[in-house]
Amino acid sequence: MGVFTMPSLGADMEAGTLVEWLKAPGDDVEHGDIIAVVETDKGAIEVEVFEGGPITELLVEPGSKVPVGSAMARIGDGEGEDTSPAEPSTSPGEARHAHVAPAPAPAAQIVARETVEPRTAGLRASPAARKRAEDLTIDLSGLVGSGPSGAILLEDVEAAGSVPAETRTPDPEPMRRAIAAAMTRSKRDIPHYYLSHRFDISAGIDWIDDYNAVRSAPDRLLLGVLLTKAVALAMREFPEFNGHNDATGFSSSADVHVGNAIAIRGGGLAAPAIRNTDRLTLPDLMIRFRDLIARTKGGQFRSSEISDATITISSLGERGVESVLPIIYPPQVAIIGFGSVANAPWPVGDALAVRPVITATLAGDHRVNDGHRGALLLRRIEDLLVIPENL
Amino acid sequence: MNAQQIRDALIEEVETIAPDVAPVAIGDDEDMRDALDLDSMDIFNLIAAIHQRFGVEIPDADAHRFVTLGGAIGWIVEHTKA
Repeated sequence: MGVFTMPSLGADMEAGTLVEWLKAPGDDVEHGDIIAVVETDKGAIEVEVFEGGPITELLVEPGSKVPVGSAMARIGDGEGEDTSPAEPSTSPGEARHAHVAPAPAPAAQIVARETVEPRTAGLRASPAARKRAEDLTIDLSGLVGSGPSGAILLEDVEAAGSVPAETRTPDPEPMRRAIAAAMTRSKRDIPHYYLSHRFDISAGIDWIDDYNAVRSAPDRLLLGVLLTKAVALAMREFPEFNGHNDATGFSSSADVHVGNAIAIRGGGLAAPAIRNTDRLTLPDLMIRFRDLIARTKGGQFRSSEISDATITISSLGERGVESVLPIIYPPQVAIIGFGSVANAPWPVGDALAVRPVITATLAGDHRVNDGHRGALLLRRIEDLLVIPENL
Repeated sequence: MNAQQIRDALIEEVETIAPDVAPVAIGDDEDMRDALDLDSMDIFNLIAAIHQRFGVEIPDADAHRFVTLGGAIGWIVEHTKA
């Protein structure tokens, strides 16, 4: 018998709101199954279970705000357990002891989610829309969405709330507070040092151009995939930059899970990880990258994807800036930034040539690693990108 | 398919890729990366979606034309004469 509790989806999260259950009492779940959608400051996050077995009891109703660590469901072997749902509880205080009726039409909903179109069966709404609806106390289930597959968008909520178009911006307050708290803690506790290295990336660009020239659009690669793989491979040789530093000290991770900072549409950002980044081929990594970015932009990422990251990349070069000097996301101990690729005069032999160059930066936690090794790390990333066929 | 129908189809695809933007309001010559805050992954997804929807092979060398609606419409008109 296990208890599924509200996970901590960030160092500063105190509570989350249960949006919907994706499983019902009696369903068998396995380690890694997505059991619920939880709304946090970072958006709607799909939450996984880490214990297998049949769900014996759902303790919390959708719409409830649940503190981190509080019990949400019971998962057990079913031996002698009463799996039939009893009367729903309306008082949060009693929820712990009461069975809760399964969500409306659970069977159909779950079948649809697993086999047809995972995001059309339930109520679909963008994180910004959910947030705005909460602010305006509008019931989303009463709205007709104008987005893809009937998804409720911010503008649908605004229209329902008859709010003038001028105020059509999501409330950035909760996300701002969460980012402020995490980054303040990082800057207060972590003695950052910064290194910057600008290098010629023509080999990587040429290799991608050649690769993409002979492939159909959906099978091509983006430079970001090469950068991510290069960082991942470099981490194997620089374990003091890859892992977590918590109350018990630094533990280096044998696995490399590279997080990528991604802006969430409607405001905020998250840095979910692709597990075992260093072991994926470039095409596989591109597929994972596309999926992760699409989901994260829509505010749909999993709890483990946030907590798994052993190092993070911030690629603000995408927005045209030359370099980014990022802040470490605790409990990680390093973050790598990539600026934009731009043509620049570059010495080649005794002459000047025009070459595509990129600036890679490193912020390191000086309690755990040093600038000397950090410099070697940035040089190693360059070396890996010079011979992209080895990635 | 005339230019207006292609434009409507493109707007539909952009809305699917970025559900919170309003591509219908932008001009044909505006760079969607600036006007709609699309990034390289969004443009990649747009080209992949056009590839599927129109059944056309878009050479990577032409990808730069797909950052504006006008550029994309022009390319599709040129390559889907039927």
